[in-house]
Amino acid sequence: MIADIPVTSVRSLDEAYAVLARRAAGLRVLAGGTDLMVQIQARVGLERIGHILDIWKVSELRHVTLDGGTLRVGALATYTDLLRSEAVRAALPALAQVAREVGAWAIQNRGTLGGNVCNASPAGDTLPILIAAGATFVVGGPRGERRIAAEEFFVAYRKTALAADELLLRAELPALAPGERLVYRKVGTRRAQSISRASLAVRARVEAGAFRGVRIAAGCVAPVPLRCRATEAALEGGGPGAAAFAAARAALDGEIRPIDDLRATAAYRRRVAGNVLEQLLAAF
Amino acid sequence: MRRAEDMPQGWVGSSPVRLDGLDKVLGRARYLDDLTFPGQLWGRTVRSTVAHARIVRLERDPAFDWSGLTFVTAADIPGENVVQLIESDQPCLARDVVRHCHEPLALIAGPDRERLEEALAHVLVEYEPLPAVFDPLASTQIFKHYAYEREAGRIDEAFVRAARVVEGRYRVGHQEQLYIEPNAVCAVPRPDGGLSLHGSMQCPFYVHRALQRLLGLDDDRLAVIQTVTGGGFGGKEDYPSMIAGHAALLARKSGRPVKIVYGRAEDIAATTKRHPAVVDHRTAVAADGTLLGGEIRIVLDGGAYCTLSPVVLSRGAIHAPGAYRWPCCRVDARAVATNTPPNGAFRGFGAPQTLFAIEMHIEKIARELGLDPVEVRRRNALREGDVTATGQRLRESVSALAALDAVAARAGPLERPPRGARKRRGRGFSLVWHGAGFTGSGEVKLKARAGVELTPNGCRVLAASTEIGQGTVTVFSQMVADALGVPLDAVEVAVPDTSRVPDSGPTVASRTCMVVGGTLAGAARALERRLSAFAAESFGGDPSRVACRGGVFREGARVLAPYSVVAGRHLAEHGPLRIVEQYSHPPGIVWDDDEFRGDAYPVYAWAATAVDVEVDLDSYETRILRAVTASDVGKAIHPVLCAGQIEGGTVQALGWALLEELRHRDGRVLNDRLQTYLIPTALDAPPIETILIENGYRHGPYGAKGVGELPMDGPAPAVAAAILDATGALVPELPITPDRLMAALGKDPA
Repeated sequence: MIADIPVTSVRSLDEAYAVLARRAAGLRVLAGGTDLMVQIQARVGLERIGHILDIWKVSELRHVTLDGGTLRVGALATYTDLLRSEAVRAALPALAQVAREVGAWAIQNRGTLGGNVCNASPAGDTLPILIAAGATFVVGGPRGERRIAAEEFFVAYRKTALAADELLLRAELPALAPGERLVYRKVGTRRAQSISRASLAVRARVEAGAFRGVRIAAGCVAPVPLRCRATEAALEGGGPGAAAFAAARAALDGEIRPIDDLRATAAYRRRVAGNVLEQLLAAF
Repeated sequence: MRRAEDMPQGWVGSSPVRLDGLDKVLGRARYLDDLTFPGQLWGRTVRSTVAHARIVRLERDPAFDWSGLTFVTAADIPGENVVQLIESDQPCLARDVVRHCHEPLALIAGPDRERLEEALAHVLVEYEPLPAVFDPLASTQIFKHYAYEREAGRIDEAFVRAARVVEGRYRVGHQEQLYIEPNAVCAVPRPDGGLSLHGSMQCPFYVHRALQRLLGLDDDRLAVIQTVTGGGFGGKEDYPSMIAGHAALLARKSGRPVKIVYGRAEDIAATTKRHPAVVDHRTAVAADGTLLGGEIRIVLDGGAYCTLSPVVLSRGAIHAPGAYRWPCCRVDARAVATNTPPNGAFRGFGAPQTLFAIEMHIEKIARELGLDPVEVRRRNALREGDVTATGQRLRESVSALAALDAVAARAGPLERPPRGARKRRGRGFSLVWHGAGFTGSGEVKLKARAGVELTPNGCRVLAASTEIGQGTVTVFSQMVADALGVPLDAVEVAVPDTSRVPDSGPTVASRTCMVVGGTLAGAARALERRLSAFAAESFGGDPSRVACRGGVFREGARVLAPYSVVAGRHLAEHGPLRIVEQYSHPPGIVWDDDEFRGDAYPVYAWAATAVDVEVDLDSYETRILRAVTASDVGKAIHPVLCAGQIEGGTVQALGWALLEELRHRDGRVLNDRLQTYLIPTALDAPPIETILIENGYRHGPYGAKGVGELPMDGPAPAVAAAILDATGALVPELPITPDRLMAALGKDPA
């Protein structure tokens, strides 16, 4: 029964690491709860949950700072924290934009960046932005800390590179340099509280008529949030224009693997991903 | 809005604060789930996981601890294993065969909800699969078939004379009512062996009769009491009879009160939906767009049991020709069975489905002839004196043209982005009619009764009609206060309790205000006459010149006595006074059930809608920019509530048009959550401009016709027409999801 699942609430990383070190079977980490509580209520995978580690009150993980061109977002920073943060608006305004598009106010108040990352849904709203932005995830546990590039973090459908005794601590994102932009679009059918059907984020700058530093990531078009390296390569060093965009679109088409599900057909996702790519590129 | 006490007499036509509003806004209203009964257990339902099968085995897992739990199967039913409605085909608990997924098989009650959840998984069911049908067009089982014609002998000739013959097939899908409060009841056993059933519902007497048949109880030992109800939209018309039966069976077996409150997922998966429909039109038209004649074929997907399908079908069939003149036509309509959960009542009740089809067909006709679709509507719109397809001469209160003109005038010019833009704008119109009250002879057969009883300061309304958010309590009070000549707060409305109120019929079919309200106003007038005569006798005066106005009995200008003095003396001398009247159908309104001919409804409401959309050619998303509606409701008893009905119905219809799509796999509902079954949010609701037309109906109270269902009819076809205007793509199927629009567009439009 749900009531029988043990819950350990901790207030510091040290306490959290002590729990992780015991490697309880079926341990699940609870942050804002906006995914986990829904899964529990719907009894999805309930039998696999053996123990809940509640880290919501670990305040050292709830921070957003901009320091020397690096934006650091603690795993427990909520969407509300992100959309209100001067640092986010200065360094990566798209992250504030996406936070505003997630769920309702209640979800924005409870949902965390770390939760979105660790839930690892291909539809996770922040994930294409984090990958396109070039985020590095800092993870830690009783055995120490390590750094994982965002695009390496999502290893398979809803599977992350975290070991059983590790927590996500923060994301580190390089702030936009002068001339650089990060543009993003989520297509979600209705105008609020919508789960993404396709999303795309593009980070780049145009220097002397050529795309430089292109990073592109897409959501809902593969089992994982996908860094689109072939699309980036098709654009890098070339100039904006219809021919370049068509080539980029063809490259994107070759590297995404959308499926039919309740929210959209694969054909729709494929077409819309291409359309949105062209639309976003036209903004440069 | 002004406060009630500041309002002058003449409540009808004013908009006092709704009487149930404050309790609901402050959270004081007690819904079923807020009520706890002493010793109460919780009930849960074991449901089938297959669409069609023989039940080979249904038993409890002996390895599970069943102590303290009550288990009920069909074998425990003391009366008939039937959910009482039109036909007797639907069992309360499946016995040998299941005909749809999520069908109730057995029931469990216990004090702990978590343990019940575990117990559900320990009911062992084995099935022997039977072939299942999911496509209504492939179904061979017909619940009901109607065919009717107007001037059938001229149809062939019409097609010969036609400048053009236009054909089209139109489809609409399921829609979930999505009331905020899921279905919920509590059955309380009584010491006399009887039962009180409290619940969220639209039609207490439907539940009453269903429980009588299921349990074999007489009237004296049964009371069905409506609790504060968080919305219905038709979804609590027939389903409460099912869930009430379940709670009652558990209560009788356990001897304890049993509460069943569905979660959202169970409610979406198991309860009734709007009928999906396939409508084929073949129409002969003149070059100027005049309809010469046509054939309409309708197939409604009834789901696994008959429920209300025959009456949904008859309303759909009668509305299928739309608000237009047809010199001749033929309508063939069927409701068929499939192995999906039964479909039932939903605001509009068959009319939105067939009206979507005719309105899209008008668009198609206009496009094929190169005409303005508004002009085609204007040319063919029904006018006073015209005869409908069922042979009804429209004698009064016909406002098709007035509504269309009002909307066209208000809509004004539409600003369109430059050619080649990735976002296109378009505008679409629709014109609809909606019959008020029951179809055909329904009211004649029902003989609805409602009344008032004298209280020391005013009166109490006695009716089974339920407040489900639409404002019944407030508009009843307004009409009765005016008829009795007392302040609004002198009228109270009794809780619908089948042991205390007369059967005023179900709260459906846009009939509450017109039919029941009219009956109540009549009863209140009779009460006023009775008290006036008594006042004249007691205080001296000519009875024919005494009347109550503003809570005071007067003879002309001379004050006789305040209402409370007259009422107090009457109660003291004569005891309780209750005046119950029976609804009488207006004279000359005649319907022939066998021939499907005549006056299908005593009167019709009319509405025109204009919708502006912006279509994103990158994402194929449609954004509604604006909706303008003009609705002839006869008389707006409470203009704010009336406009609220229209705005709410419009948003519900916009959801059906663009978002709401129930998905099944092998008959199992896949999107049973608000995360996956999307309804519009506040951001999706456009600015709505509501124009009220009051073209009074002679036999309606204060001129009122129905309004509840009307706003569900017009917006969806107007959206589809606007998308057609914006993109050139006529999408003949609802909802127009981005996927569907992408497919319809093929490659990008020029």
